[in-house]
Amino acid sequence: MSFMDKLKNKFKKTDTEGVSEKYKTGMEKTRNSFSSKINDLIAKYRKVDEDFFEELEEALISADVGVMTVMDLIDELKLEVKRRNIKDTKEVRDVISEKLVEIYYGDDNESIEKLELNENQLSIILVVGVNGAGKTTSIGKLAHNLKQEGKHVILAAGDTFRAGAIEQLEVWGERAGVEVVKQREGSDPAAVIFDGIKAAKSRKADVLICDTAGRLQNKVNLMNELAKVRRVIEREVPGAPHEVLLVLDATTGQNALSQAKTFSEAANVSGIVLTKLDGTAKGGIVLAIRHELQIPVKFVGLGEGMEDLQEFDAHAFVYGLFADMLETSEDEE
Amino acid sequence: MAFEGLADRLQHTIKKITGKGKVSEQDVKEMTREVRLALLEADVNFKVVKDLIKRIKERSIGQEVMESLTPGQQVIKVVKEELTALMGGEQSKIAVADRSPTVIMMVGLQGAGKTTTTGKLANLLRKKYNRSPLLVACDIYRPAAINQLETLGKQLDMPVFSMGTDVSPIEIATKAIEKAKAEHQDYVIIDTAGRLHVDQNLMDELQEIKANVKPDEIFLVVDAMTGQDAVNVAESFNDQLDISGVVLTKLDGDTRGGAALSIKAVTGKPIKFAGMGEKLDQLEVFHPERMASRILGMGDVLTLIEKAQANVDEKQAKELEEKMRTMSFTFDDFLEQMGQVKKMGPLEDLLTMMPGANKVKGLKNVQIDEKQLSHVEAIVQSMTKQERQDPSIMNANRKKRIAKGSGTSVSQVNRLLKQFDEMKKMMKQMTNMQKGKKGKGFKFPFM
Repeated sequence: MSFMDKLKNKFKKTDTEGVSEKYKTGMEKTRNSFSSKINDLIAKYRKVDEDFFEELEEALISADVGVMTVMDLIDELKLEVKRRNIKDTKEVRDVISEKLVEIYYGDDNESIEKLELNENQLSIILVVGVNGAGKTTSIGKLAHNLKQEGKHVILAAGDTFRAGAIEQLEVWGERAGVEVVKQREGSDPAAVIFDGIKAAKSRKADVLICDTAGRLQNKVNLMNELAKVRRVIEREVPGAPHEVLLVLDATTGQNALSQAKTFSEAANVSGIVLTKLDGTAKGGIVLAIRHELQIPVKFVGLGEGMEDLQEFDAHAFVYGLFADMLETSEDEE
Repeated sequence: MAFEGLADRLQHTIKKITGKGKVSEQDVKEMTREVRLALLEADVNFKVVKDLIKRIKERSIGQEVMESLTPGQQVIKVVKEELTALMGGEQSKIAVADRSPTVIMMVGLQGAGKTTTTGKLANLLRKKYNRSPLLVACDIYRPAAINQLETLGKQLDMPVFSMGTDVSPIEIATKAIEKAKAEHQDYVIIDTAGRLHVDQNLMDELQEIKANVKPDEIFLVVDAMTGQDAVNVAESFNDQLDISGVVLTKLDGDTRGGAALSIKAVTGKPIKFAGMGEKLDQLEVFHPERMASRILGMGDVLTLIEKAQANVDEKQAKELEEKMRTMSFTFDDFLEQMGQVKKMGPLEDLLTMMPGANKVKGLKNVQIDEKQLSHVEAIVQSMTKQERQDPSIMNANRKKRIAKGSGTSVSQVNRLLKQFDEMKKMMKQMTNMQKGKKGKGFKFPFM
């Protein structure tokens, strides 16, 4: 079975199991037209030549995969094509997707996307990101997911800066049916989170999710504040935070790499939540982030509903990138 | 170099051809390739890049460049002209309706910064144009969005109109205008919910609001960090609503902001304002030509000059120059000067605006700790008048007292004294030589 078939099968399987219902609707457009599109591209370029590669390059760039990553990928592809003496575009498609998945996974196994939480004691999740990425909303959805799994969840309203942020988290708390620990707007976020930890300990909660204010990564003071929050968590609960999730807007371009890097330096990010993937943006930059910084995507946001946070499926993701790429190619004809 | 700025990249390439007597077609090709990569890395949409490169190539290979005496300079000129032409001229005027109130609608994706920008725009309208805006909370979907706008209204001491989350945004907007008329508010700013451009139901809702309130301005609020998708977003919103302008937010981040070029190219609509920070007065007029020259690494000199002019009293500056010449520069003057620098805004901003600053090693990505500045200030303020006038009277006891008074240490005081001394020497050298060669690195004590 060729690689693309495997990928397709994998995708079909998830469909029928109904696990990724949202994935399906989120990427329906691309999925339906996939087989015809790939044939079109293959038909258009019988030969694997410079034009073919150029179009491929542009298509990947249009998915925000990133210039450097794309250049490397194209170079590798060219080499591979030469090595295997591939002349037919039909054969090259397997190589393309192979390489894309390879970029994502590197040498790691494929189980890196799971949330790493303690089984029988308190786990702490710290949620960070720039302004407007969707932190509070993602926390609401995550709380709901964990509650559904039967976990006792508490939220800490650590965004004490933005107007209305605490109220926003409270609404999500109500919807998900979980308690929210808060202080007044303008108070010290580290203190709120300290309170949250105390509450979580005394109520024997399974998971504490800490919200933080959005901050641009080049604001030194704010990044220092985040490092302090992390230190407070480390001090209060050994081994915590168990996850530090960077919330990333899928529409973000190359700056996402800088975000991932700087937030990691301040708070040691363990995973990414890729939000707003239900639009036309493809969030291809996570390939570069995974490739360069070894930070995996753990969840994707596919809508505004409570159920719209899904575990990341790299195969489906790469499939989506690839399918869309073919669509773009066709548009240009 | 993933984090290398667009400016660096172009400068590096341009350096290769500057000084060359003649530019070959191959040179131009090589350079446009670099320009292309740099633009793509800056998130300019690939289709926009393609057109731009084509034009640059055509002009560069033509007579204009190849037969000129300074081909390198010419190419830079061509690139800059093309970028500037693409960005368009400055347009920051806000519509004024013939009959009050003027209605402004804010639209955009989730998390772009609509609500914050609504507050900032209201503040600007009041401060700069002496208007009295009414803010309207039409985001009935996102939890606590109304609350957020109400809090901003309180901070600004401005009225906010809301009807809760159970009334349709169309009705809220319509009622708000009636209210503004009745209460003589001359501007109405409608904050709408964030939505995806492919969400047809919600896009229809915006069209309906538009049809009902007939806004004089529709601002599309876009995150400056947006990648390739910026064209899709801008195109959809523009097609469906015929927007009148764009507000680019989060430009105070370290993004290269190529989205600005993309949006302008696909919509043809002007980018009017730029969000430069989280505070409510940090909405600035967007200067397209300056953005273009910033992209080229020529520094945002104009902004710098403008800022300096606005904040530095010319008479004071003359006096200072006189003092520098006569060596009577004291700590009092120093304090005053620092105050003026601070008034111009964050030092990091000033540095990035300085031409060539991004080329100086160590200056690049420099993060000036504003706290350091206040330490320096505290030290000077803890000095007696006599000490400020004549630092040579300083002794151990005085230093100890100053350190205590300013909450710093004696070594910090010592360091400042030494730096001040060096600075004075530098000044002397500079004024003596006028167009002097570079000394051993002039440094402000707080850097």
